[in-house]
Amino acid sequence: VSIRSWAAPVATTAAVILLAGCSSSSTSSSPTTQPSINFGSQASVTPGMPGMSGMPSASGNAPAASGSSTTAPATPVGPNAVSIDNFKFAPQSLTVPVGTTVTWTNNDEEPHTIAARDGSFHSPALDTHQTFSYTFQAPGSYDYICSIHPFMTATVVVTK
Amino acid sequence: MTSDRDPSSMTRRQLIRHSAWFGSAVVLTVVGGEVISHIAGSTPKTSQATRPTLRFAQISDSHIGFSGGANPNVADTFTEAINQVNSLGYTPDFVMHTGDLTHLATPAQFDQVKQMLTGLRTPHIFTVPGEHDTGDDAGQKYRQVFGAGTRGDGWYSFDIAGVHVIALVNTVHLPKLGQLGKEQLEWIEKDVAGVSNDTPIIVFSHIPMFAMYPDWGWGTEDAAQALSYLKRFSSVTCLNGHVHQLFTKTEGNVTFYTATTTAYPLPHPGDGPAPKPVTLPAGQLHDALGIREVSYVKGQQALALKEQKLQ
Repeated sequence: VSIRSWAAPVATTAAVILLAGCSSSSTSSSPTTQPSINFGSQASVTPGMPGMSGMPSASGNAPAASGSSTTAPATPVGPNAVSIDNFKFAPQSLTVPVGTTVTWTNNDEEPHTIAARDGSFHSPALDTHQTFSYTFQAPGSYDYICSIHPFMTATVVVTK
Repeated sequence: MTSDRDPSSMTRRQLIRHSAWFGSAVVLTVVGGEVISHIAGSTPKTSQATRPTLRFAQISDSHIGFSGGANPNVADTFTEAINQVNSLGYTPDFVMHTGDLTHLATPAQFDQVKQMLTGLRTPHIFTVPGEHDTGDDAGQKYRQVFGAGTRGDGWYSFDIAGVHVIALVNTVHLPKLGQLGKEQLEWIEKDVAGVSNDTPIIVFSHIPMFAMYPDWGWGTEDAAQALSYLKRFSSVTCLNGHVHQLFTKTEGNVTFYTATTTAYPLPHPGDGPAPKPVTLPAGQLHDALGIREVSYVKGQQALALKEQKLQ
């Protein structure tokens, strides 16, 4: 039977994976109760949270996520705009005079942020077609990244 | 189920393909339609007549709030995954969500995913954050909801059934790849100081603790430092999310298993310009999503993983 290493795990109903040296004989004591967890400190607050116990399976009737108000009707055009497509800022380097408001638009299905390396500005996560604007008040070169995908880098150069 | 489980039954082509990625000796064989992966030279045992010492489930990358074409209703598929965990036929000792709980880290999305998680039938639900949960505020909102009892950026450890479990945060500091940072590394070293060499170690993180594809940020910059503290242990298993696909790699005493997602697939490493959501042909989405069962039997130094497609 031939399989492809990538496709195989998802192409079968159940992929059983065993690891590490299994040669030692197993002691076949079979606990019937669930093991307790030791968090190793006497702290009264512990990580995690309890799930439902002994209840029939539940379907999470969760509220719908609320939308954000920063959705833009269309991709901004013009000299003060940066678009995000395919995990790239375009233009890679934008030069504007001081006092300019720059607007970024995310055209990807993935969210992105605009985060200055020096911490001077940081957007929330922009969903598809959402925008973020920032007004540059001081001259300089501002390197920024997407803090979700930090391999995405670009620069705004602010002139006097 | 009669075909042999000898790792050498893998075809040469598979092995070459496999080794090109792994550079190691995790081997896949097909047994009665199931794909079985184990370390070359070991003898897998699949029969488990008795209750394992420890059994838990892993779910990952639910991306609550995503509404793109790759999966217009991630809440539905996450609910299905939760129901599937609740239908395993036993109560898992705990369930771990390995991050990207939310898509945009909004308070509403955190609230929604927390409510959904509490529908899991298990005594303990644990989480580690993904970069979608921490990207815009270094994880403050995440920790408000899920950070109780954790340290630093949200890391913690616990012991259960003779296994030491370490839950790491490698999404808060992202210079380019994932990063644990000095404080967390020091904590890891201290955390395992009193743990005996034969204690199985399980490490949970969102981003892989190995370099799966650094160009897309699929790796952790200082993972080697963390793993150096775990060298003396006979069995270390790293379980992560982030890449939305199954993948396995072994390095020395450490075996890495990336998990699939409950939301939408991502491309294979380097396939296309960016790690953007993949929209599959109609009817194929569930095959790319799933949950993972993990069990451990005392005295075996072995963890058994079973991947289930979303049904």
